[in-house]
Amino acid sequence: MTITRTVRVVGATAAAALLLAACGSDGGTSDGSTDAGTIACASGSIKASGSSAQKNAMAEWINAYQAACGDATIDYQANGSGAGIQDFTNAQTAFAGSDSALKEDEQPKADARCAAGPALNLPMVGGAINVVYNVEGVDKLVLDAETLAGVFNNDITTWNDPKIAALNAGVTLPDATIAQFHRSDESGTTDNFVKYLLAKDVWSYEGGKAWEAPGGQGAKGSDGVASAVKSTPNSIGYVELSFAQDAGLSSAWIDNGNGPIEPTSENAAETIATATIEGTGNNLPLSIDRAGTTGYPVVLVTYEITCEKGLSGADLEVTKSFLTYTASADGQAALTEIGYVPITGDLLTKVQTAVASIG
Amino acid sequence: MSTSVTPDAPAPATAPAIQGAAVRRGDRTFLGLSRGAGILILVLMAAIAAFLIWKAIPSLQANTANFFTETEWKPDADPAFFGIAALTFGTIMTSVIAMALAVPVGIGIALFIAHYANRRLGAALGFITDLLAAVPSIIFGMWGLSFLMPQMQGFLEWLTTYFGWIPLFANDLGIFTRSIMIAGVVLAIMVLPTVSAISREVFVQVPREHIEAALALGATRWEMVRMAIFPFAKPGMISASMLGLGRALGETIAVALILSANYTINWQITEPGGNTFAANIALRWNEAGPIGLSALVASGLVLFVITLVVNMAARLIIARRAEFSGANG
Repeated sequence: MTITRTVRVVGATAAAALLLAACGSDGGTSDGSTDAGTIACASGSIKASGSSAQKNAMAEWINAYQAACGDATIDYQANGSGAGIQDFTNAQTAFAGSDSALKEDEQPKADARCAAGPALNLPMVGGAINVVYNVEGVDKLVLDAETLAGVFNNDITTWNDPKIAALNAGVTLPDATIAQFHRSDESGTTDNFVKYLLAKDVWSYEGGKAWEAPGGQGAKGSDGVASAVKSTPNSIGYVELSFAQDAGLSSAWIDNGNGPIEPTSENAAETIATATIEGTGNNLPLSIDRAGTTGYPVVLVTYEITCEKGLSGADLEVTKSFLTYTASADGQAALTEIGYVPITGDLLTKVQTAVASIG
Repeated sequence: MSTSVTPDAPAPATAPAIQGAAVRRGDRTFLGLSRGAGILILVLMAAIAAFLIWKAIPSLQANTANFFTETEWKPDADPAFFGIAALTFGTIMTSVIAMALAVPVGIGIALFIAHYANRRLGAALGFITDLLAAVPSIIFGMWGLSFLMPQMQGFLEWLTTYFGWIPLFANDLGIFTRSIMIAGVVLAIMVLPTVSAISREVFVQVPREHIEAALALGATRWEMVRMAIFPFAKPGMISASMLGLGRALGETIAVALILSANYTINWQITEPGGNTFAANIALRWNEAGPIGLSALVASGLVLFVITLVVNMAARLIIARRAEFSGANG
């Protein structure tokens, strides 16, 4: 489990290194400037911490950034969103990664840390949560919010239940008990998966990072859920896109009222792009419309949280330079390759404007 | 024993000299060092307890449920709402299963190595069981999850089919994975080397005369074991079991990997579910909020107290048994 992740990171590093080497070799020509050439480097070393959901994205970005900017080091500790926000408000880090925007009681504390200006929530890394399943002979499965809630709430217990069959005309579903897996540890994945069910008004629990519904089986970590689904026939679970890809699991298409939508990075990006901004000025906390019908609806957005004004020295220089890179088209394009979802369109422009305002 | 402290001094003079005024500098330094080490242990224990209590207070004040009888665990909800009933149940249940399996087998292994097997086989077996103790617990967890769990399916189904009338083995779900039972079996395997290694040490120390006297009186081997070895070794066997129990109570990652963590008290131990103190801390620590962290520390405090009580109970039993064993070799 850890091995595959390591391999992926190593692979990504190698790929990034190759990429940089490639543009290094044709340095001077105009097409070389689209990659590392666009990074405006700063020097110094900074610390950051927070969300483990964006750990791989950070690793990828930091590798690419440090390869291009030899004088800068960024140390990102994936110690969880809560700890990340705490580290940031205690002024131990230059920015925090978080699965959710600062809450009402957290924003003033973060603002106080920045002193000279507000703390910004910058949506930077998107993700798609895939509903993975392991049912022999079923290549394409369509589900909607109601059937998902039914399955994960134990109201729907067999695969050939009429409600599932109604969405999958022409597919032979087995008369087998559904083995459903959820996360046994607290996670942003659970939080956002349940947010989708809550947005569609089909879930009778409060929501949060811990799984609440009785029944089913819990497994530790996304890798735990992925391997449980892979090794259990007639099972279903939810993991982030990259884990579904790595484990080679089939993912269900989700019908949000306008036909089934495939859980791809592009389709998820479409949903994130339609999010409305709830903050003022350059503060960009999002409200995602998970009940919308245009994109893949089971998505999550993670933020970088930093000061608009109030950072100084290397904290300011490196944070601004690094976030400028991550919010660039190149930075966002790197996300797609490792199973994350990029921020696109107007929203990305706003993020770029916000990053430019840091200082 | 004490005469060996100063081998160059005349033997009769040494023993009183240690208590007297003319203590050498080396002795004084050593006395200070060892006394300091002894005190350090007590200070450490007190510091751990103080830290746990200090960090636990905010959540206990915020808690709106009864900490001891509530099964739900929602410390970050508003209002905070959590209790350790389900954790206590899961911790004790997995440990009881582990001990029920590991103690008889562990003592059996120790007996075989010490008194049945020939020397060479005994040494090899002893080496292998000791080796088992050196395997990191995450390996046991992964092995339990990916190998043992599927292998146990058939046995657990059989158990439910024929012994399902015992409420403990009933299974209404027809799912036999990620249960307290499987966690208990994995714990048993982890605890086995501790139990067998310490029991073996004690069995080997049984005075030859006792064994030979029993055999000379016409006892069979089993009678000899019962009459000569067990009475002598009882305190050692108990402390071996208690040390094993200590490991089982606190085992974290293997249990966290295997259990389908939930917060219910379910006596049907072959069904998925259950949680333990240590596993709960491992699963919830990373993403917990401030009250959540404090609540986890509070549960850690309870585990700390439980293991202390278990160990003190073991000491009491050993102290009492020692008087009756009649053989202090």
